[in-house]
Amino acid sequence: MSVAATAGPATTPTPIQQRFAALRAEGRCALMPFLMAGDPDLSITAASLLALQAAGADLIELGIPYSDPLADGPVIQAAASRALASGTTPGRVLAMLASLRGQLTLPVVLFTYSNPLLNRGMDSFCREAAAAGAAGLVVPDLPLEEAQKLSAIAAGHGLDLVLLVAPNTPAERMARIHTASRGFTYLVSVTGVTGVRTSLETRVGPLVQQLRQLGPTPVAVGFGIATGEQALQVRRWGGDGAIVGSALVRRMAQAHQSGADVAADAGAFAAELRAALDQPL
Amino acid sequence: MTSTVPTRRVDPAELQPSVRPDGLGRFGPFGGQYVPETLMPALAELEAAAAEAWADPAFTARLDHLLRHYVGRPTPLYEAERLTAHYRRPEGGPRLWLKREDLNHTGAHKINNALGQALLALRMGKQRIIAETGAGQHGVATATVCARFGLECVIYMGAEDMRRQALNVFRMRLLGATVQPVTAGTATLKDATSEAIRDWVTNVETTHYILGSVAGPHPYPMLVRDFHAVIGQEARAQCLEAFGRLPDVLIACVGGGSNAMGLFHPFVEDAEVRLIGVEAAGEGVATGRHAATITEGRVGVLHGAMSLLLQDDEGQVQEAHSISAGLDYPGVGPEHSYLKGIGRAEYAAVTDAQALEALQRVSELEGIIPALETAHAFAWLESLCPTLAPGTEVVLNLSGRGDKDVNTVAEKLGDGLAG
Repeated sequence: MSVAATAGPATTPTPIQQRFAALRAEGRCALMPFLMAGDPDLSITAASLLALQAAGADLIELGIPYSDPLADGPVIQAAASRALASGTTPGRVLAMLASLRGQLTLPVVLFTYSNPLLNRGMDSFCREAAAAGAAGLVVPDLPLEEAQKLSAIAAGHGLDLVLLVAPNTPAERMARIHTASRGFTYLVSVTGVTGVRTSLETRVGPLVQQLRQLGPTPVAVGFGIATGEQALQVRRWGGDGAIVGSALVRRMAQAHQSGADVAADAGAFAAELRAALDQPL
Repeated sequence: MTSTVPTRRVDPAELQPSVRPDGLGRFGPFGGQYVPETLMPALAELEAAAAEAWADPAFTARLDHLLRHYVGRPTPLYEAERLTAHYRRPEGGPRLWLKREDLNHTGAHKINNALGQALLALRMGKQRIIAETGAGQHGVATATVCARFGLECVIYMGAEDMRRQALNVFRMRLLGATVQPVTAGTATLKDATSEAIRDWVTNVETTHYILGSVAGPHPYPMLVRDFHAVIGQEARAQCLEAFGRLPDVLIACVGGGSNAMGLFHPFVEDAEVRLIGVEAAGEGVATGRHAATITEGRVGVLHGAMSLLLQDDEGQVQEAHSISAGLDYPGVGPEHSYLKGIGRAEYAAVTDAQALEALQRVSELEGIIPALETAHAFAWLESLCPTLAPGTEVVLNLSGRGDKDVNTVAEKLGDGLAG
């Protein structure tokens, strides 16, 4: 996909924008699983992506493993280590993604730290990601100040650069991030790293509302959402999407260890989450 | 071993302290703030608190008082006569001066920064302190100031470093700190730093992170440098007093680069003063098992800053290797990358074996056992001194004492000292 920089998101909705618009029209909340590419290997990742899609996921966040994942807790750190040990590189992740063209139709957002991206070069990375069929990028160690250049380059390749806000982000800054974010705004539900939590902080609800009042960009909530009940809570708060990462990654690792069909198990978990998320409010 | 010759003329404007770093925390292309959004408010708060503190006479008076009466500053500028004699040629040779940071309370320069940041934490009302440590010197300095001010203290330390530096682990515990082993990755300084940052992300509203080098996201490279600049300020006055002019050469070891930056900073605009940083070449730069980031690294992002970095073709951070836990780090402070880039400072690298040899030489010639980190700077004198004109005044930053390394050195030398 190659979209001229002038054909901005306002005139040509990106795949992510289209997906959220459709969900809003139906009054639904997006189910957004995160999985680590290459954990335990890329063929299982490919099968899992299709299984998650079949089970009703709306968007997928696909992690590119990095040696020093600052924003991640122990579960995703371990997944990244396993993925690197299995020889996973950004190039191989994109090749796997490209191989699913025509089968994987939901938007895929790549989750990568700054260094592997900068190492490849912003323009090259974005061009290759777009060519492989990715729809967006999340870079957890690239705050607003560092993100502007990448956002423009990404948009030039038709990719949405999704920015993050945290519970302690000041209101004025939150407004600037929400305005600059493309595709959706990623609301981090805790001051902390990724990982399963037993309950969501109650301050998340007001933050979702605050963001929705600041602008029309959809709001997805992540970090700590592990159960259908927690995902449903995000929907009740008015969130456009619930991101489930560590819980899925942990479950896939357990399935792999016990010799089960990892992709089928990932799909089963996504189906549970989907059912919980779609129940009548 | 390599040494770099300045490659282009330096624009004096680039060297103005006011533009290092710029408003975005950049030293040229290096530095910046590559951190999770959760930390951005804390970094802004820290930057503002530091600016206010430096402008507050009560703060600087308290810092000065504690540096003098608690840390033991000023540290001497000591003329190393026998080391000077060792490098003397028939026609003469350089004169060597040692800036005795090893005589500070806790035995290294690290306390200059730990003390300053603890005072900042008190100003910001943060009662919990975290820090990373490699050799344990920064951990000990941080535990020390936390004890002094009654602050809760958690030190992250790689499990491998805890083994290498058992004495310092015990010292930290004696000072009331919790030492948290880090087993992830290579279980060294890089991983301890990542874990400290994760703790900060999680506890940012109650905790101050006393980062121990001129690395990390802005404002840390500036903040840590400014607390260590007392080293260079004192050295400058002491040189004028001792021999009536500025020194010709400054030399210091570089891991993250805090002791070097502290010595260099007040001299950066004095273009006639050569600045030399010495990195750890480990088993040799050609073996790939080293920590010579400036010598061998490529531009990348680690722990919140853009700088030179040891990384593989895919942008994964590589393991560093050095006999010295304090230099065993694949990154380097962004201002060093900048000074290298504009040709203002030179960087060299020496091996584990050269550092060990230098440690013994300095012990025997001067009655001073330097830290293994510092021994790297001493080792470069072997290459440097034969090239220096008679009468060249050289100041070496003796950044720390070697007590903590005696076990490591004994292991390496085995029976080498018997008899």
